[in-house]
Amino acid sequence: MADDKKVAVLGVGMHPWGKWGRNFVEYGLTAARAALADAGLTWRDVQFVSGADTIRNGYPGYVAGATFASALGWTGARVASSYAACASGATAVAAARAQILAGLCDVALVVGADTTPKGFFAPVGGDRKDDPDWLRFHLLGATNPTYFALYARRRMELFGATEDDFAQVKVKNARHGLANPNARYRAEVTAEEVLASPMVADPLRLLEICATSDGGAALVLTSTDYARRHAGAAGLVTIPAVSTVTPRFPQSVIEMPNFATDSAVAAEAAPGTGFRRSIAHAAYEEAGISPEDVDVAEVYDLSSALELDWYEDIGLCKEGEAERLLRDGDTAVGGRIPVNPSGGLSCFGEAIPAQAIAQVCELVWQLRGQAPGRQVEGARVGVTANQGLFGHGSSVIVTT
Amino acid sequence: MAPTKSAIPAVDGWFTTEGTPSLLGSRCRTCGTYAFPRETYFCRNPECDGMAFDEVPLSRQGRIWSYTDARYQPPPPYRAADPYVPFCIAAVELAAEKMVVMGQIVPGVGVDDLSVGTEVELVTDVLYEDDDHQYLVWKWRPLASGDRPGETHG
Repeated sequence: MADDKKVAVLGVGMHPWGKWGRNFVEYGLTAARAALADAGLTWRDVQFVSGADTIRNGYPGYVAGATFASALGWTGARVASSYAACASGATAVAAARAQILAGLCDVALVVGADTTPKGFFAPVGGDRKDDPDWLRFHLLGATNPTYFALYARRRMELFGATEDDFAQVKVKNARHGLANPNARYRAEVTAEEVLASPMVADPLRLLEICATSDGGAALVLTSTDYARRHAGAAGLVTIPAVSTVTPRFPQSVIEMPNFATDSAVAAEAAPGTGFRRSIAHAAYEEAGISPEDVDVAEVYDLSSALELDWYEDIGLCKEGEAERLLRDGDTAVGGRIPVNPSGGLSCFGEAIPAQAIAQVCELVWQLRGQAPGRQVEGARVGVTANQGLFGHGSSVIVTT
Repeated sequence: MAPTKSAIPAVDGWFTTEGTPSLLGSRCRTCGTYAFPRETYFCRNPECDGMAFDEVPLSRQGRIWSYTDARYQPPPPYRAADPYVPFCIAAVELAAEKMVVMGQIVPGVGVDDLSVGTEVELVTDVLYEDDDHQYLVWKWRPLASGDRPGETHG
């Protein structure tokens, strides 16, 4: 892997996920302080603050970087705030990494946190007939689980996936999350319990759709030179690649919050160039690795069924083989390529701007051997994958 | 007796309501790319610099790409009937346009009545109403086998 593309992850920290009902800034500060302590640095050492925005918490949420910097106490640190739907956290990582790689700073703090309302995510208020996110709720009653369910049904049709396969994903992730102190849901569930939970959007049931959560996550990123001087080279965890690619025209899979796909009349979609697939593959290419090099993955299981799509899209197996991978236990901790050892969104629920950062936190703990009860033994290379509204997605490679 | 309410589209310019209804898309005059809802400024094909579009009715029939239902009442700005009645929703492939368009399925149809590949046609139906108007939206209606034009039986 090219050394000149790497930044070091010196510190990670989280505020536990839950439905705490407090101001998102509190969660961000708790996570930031934990990450700084983990790095052995102080707030005064931070030269650049990279915030991931929340759009449901007013103006402070839109300027998250400055909100966290102000709450930690103004120090004159430079600041940026990023919004990229579910990929906001990774975009904030990308902004910090670019600053460090450009030599503009040595120490950056990345923070994302959210306070969420109960129930379905609804669009931001007001009568907004030019906003597709508002219109899809108004004209179709299409919630986020509507789209997840369209993908799940498609998977059943194309590859013969069953409702029991989907339930087994939940069973696995619930087991993974049991020992994770930052997870919101820590209880084992059986496939029977999953299949007895209320249907929300056929074929997806309540226990298979990720909840909306409060939470916060933070990273201290530094140049590798700074990290070696400060902490030594032994066991250094680095990020050699961050992918924030957009889709390629024509996008032939219906995406939130759209009413239609692109038309492929003028240009056919090239095989193997689907958006979800391109997200992680761009990261592999940037890092100079291949899926075979990966020891552990954190993927965006917005639904149980979507986790199976990710197995294929991040290259863990060929199309149509995800159910077998799951059934063989390959993706459970102790298996060949564990997926979502943290418990995933299944155990966390989604705190949007914090989620892509939390994925990186988990991989860092895994690579340091600091994930008791869910440790992937000997993990040296991890990958995250994530996707959100309006053509956003991200993948981060983490290595020792 | 209450006067009859007038029926108007819930959104302007997205579909026709006279006669047999159609979705209104755009077709780029340079490269032929369709879009729904209509594109009015730049063609979204990155190889095309077209800025002129024809407003065109999209195919009224297609095949279901995937489908689901909404067992729980969607939040506002969806205006649900009281009591809430679950509905199905489908993403439908239009062959001529080579695109997929979402829509609710007409009332009275459940997920067990649908399959990937089911042929559907476009209709309009009441989305919600207030004191003055009924507000219309497009929906997909599954075609009974007897409705299929040109289909031979036996």
